[in-house]
Amino acid sequence: MSGIGTGYDLSSTTYSPDGKVFQTEYAQKSVDNSSTVLGLKCKDGVVLACEKLVLSKLLVEGSNRRIHNIDRHVGVAVAGLAPDGRMIANRAWDEAASYKRVYGEPIPGHVLCERVGSYVHLFNLYWSLRPYGATILLAAYDKNGPALYAVDPSGTSLRYFGTAVGKGRQAAKNEIEKLKLAEMTCREAVVEAVKILHKVHDEDGKKFELEVSWVCEESGKEHQRVPADLLADAERQAKAALEDSDMDD
Amino acid sequence: MDRSSSHAEAAPSTGTTLVACVYNGGVVLGADGRVSIGNYITNRASNKIAPLADSIFLCRSGSAPDTQIVSDNVRHYLAQMTAESGEEPTVQMAAKLAQMISYNNKHLMAAMLVVGWDKHEGGSVYGAPIGGTLSKEKWSTDGSGSTYIWGFCDSEFRDNMTREEAEQWAINALALAMARDASSGGSVRIITCNAEGVHHRYVWGHEVPQALDDLPYPSGPPPLGGPAGMVLG
Repeated sequence: MSGIGTGYDLSSTTYSPDGKVFQTEYAQKSVDNSSTVLGLKCKDGVVLACEKLVLSKLLVEGSNRRIHNIDRHVGVAVAGLAPDGRMIANRAWDEAASYKRVYGEPIPGHVLCERVGSYVHLFNLYWSLRPYGATILLAAYDKNGPALYAVDPSGTSLRYFGTAVGKGRQAAKNEIEKLKLAEMTCREAVVEAVKILHKVHDEDGKKFELEVSWVCEESGKEHQRVPADLLADAERQAKAALEDSDMDD
Repeated sequence: MDRSSSHAEAAPSTGTTLVACVYNGGVVLGADGRVSIGNYITNRASNKIAPLADSIFLCRSGSAPDTQIVSDNVRHYLAQMTAESGEEPTVQMAAKLAQMISYNNKHLMAAMLVVGWDKHEGGSVYGAPIGGTLSKEKWSTDGSGSTYIWGFCDSEFRDNMTREEAEQWAINALALAMARDASSGGSVRIITCNAEGVHHRYVWGHEVPQALDDLPYPSGPPPLGGPAGMVLG
């Protein structure tokens, strides 16, 4: 299924005869095989949600953070290689901080995502660097309102109403398409996001945690973890929905 | 040659009066036009208002070259940011850039007002005095002539004035300052920024309201050949 490079895939400075840069494609594979991350842009804000497989009972709950704050009004969720995603998040933080220092206002989402895109793209240009194996979903609430962006390993940055990346992305995107996001508040979208993540989770019995954040009117236009009670309620509803559909089978 | 007066070596002074205020729907900014070296007025109709963007202006006082350099730099960075973001710059951004340049280059003597209109905040007035302070205000005044009109501005400014009231406030303030400050005078330039755009208004020297019992300007330009019937050619 995947194109085998055979000689054209050893370096990101080599094209294949059909015009691909295999190193970038392989970096994309890193993301495709990671646990699911999704973002929803609704009427009053943006929700980010990550499925996190719990790799060991010895890990403290809530470790292995996948969602990072970039500035008060911006957050990113990382899919793919976590350390790579952390590098990109740190760069986004740098860009946001320097923009604020020079221009005196919080960095607009579309400016930040282009800068992050340029940065990620850089790593596709040189033999001595490997492309980042991470996609970041960027949630911003600036003076133009809320927006959701995704930057992939090639450096492409696109704006979305809703999107998902990782293992369960196809199933998740199908579910997202059924939602009427423009009419939904973030509070409602959190429940939907949690339901989707539970639904598309691989039923191999592995324990998993959710990390969910939002930036919306209710959070004072600041990017934060969703309140614990809302998350608990959403998980309850998600589990109930799954049981219902199980009973239907 | 008489070297006791050092006028020839002195730099031109932008002894100036600048005013700006927010009104209901936009912002009004104004400046006098006098540039002098000692007693000699080198330019009686200079333009002390520099455009930074379509609807953002910099009122300049202090050192003339310093304010020109600051204005050029802010205009450059604003244009760059406009290209990157694809949006019109905000007044706040322009003011911040002016502040950063003043603060990081303490040798500059640039006392400025950054004034304009953008779709997020409407009309805004920022004072950016020497040293790199930045303060957002409903109205401000700067330059050597401003010392004479703080009281007037305080007592006459009102929130939510109409455009006509705001422009008259600015003209009256400038007229009073020009009457008392030797380094301010000549003509008045007024710019009004609002959602419709930018409106320039020039008030001729003889149309500036007379604040004191000066000899009034003669009405209209003198007849060709001069008032004393001077013969030309």
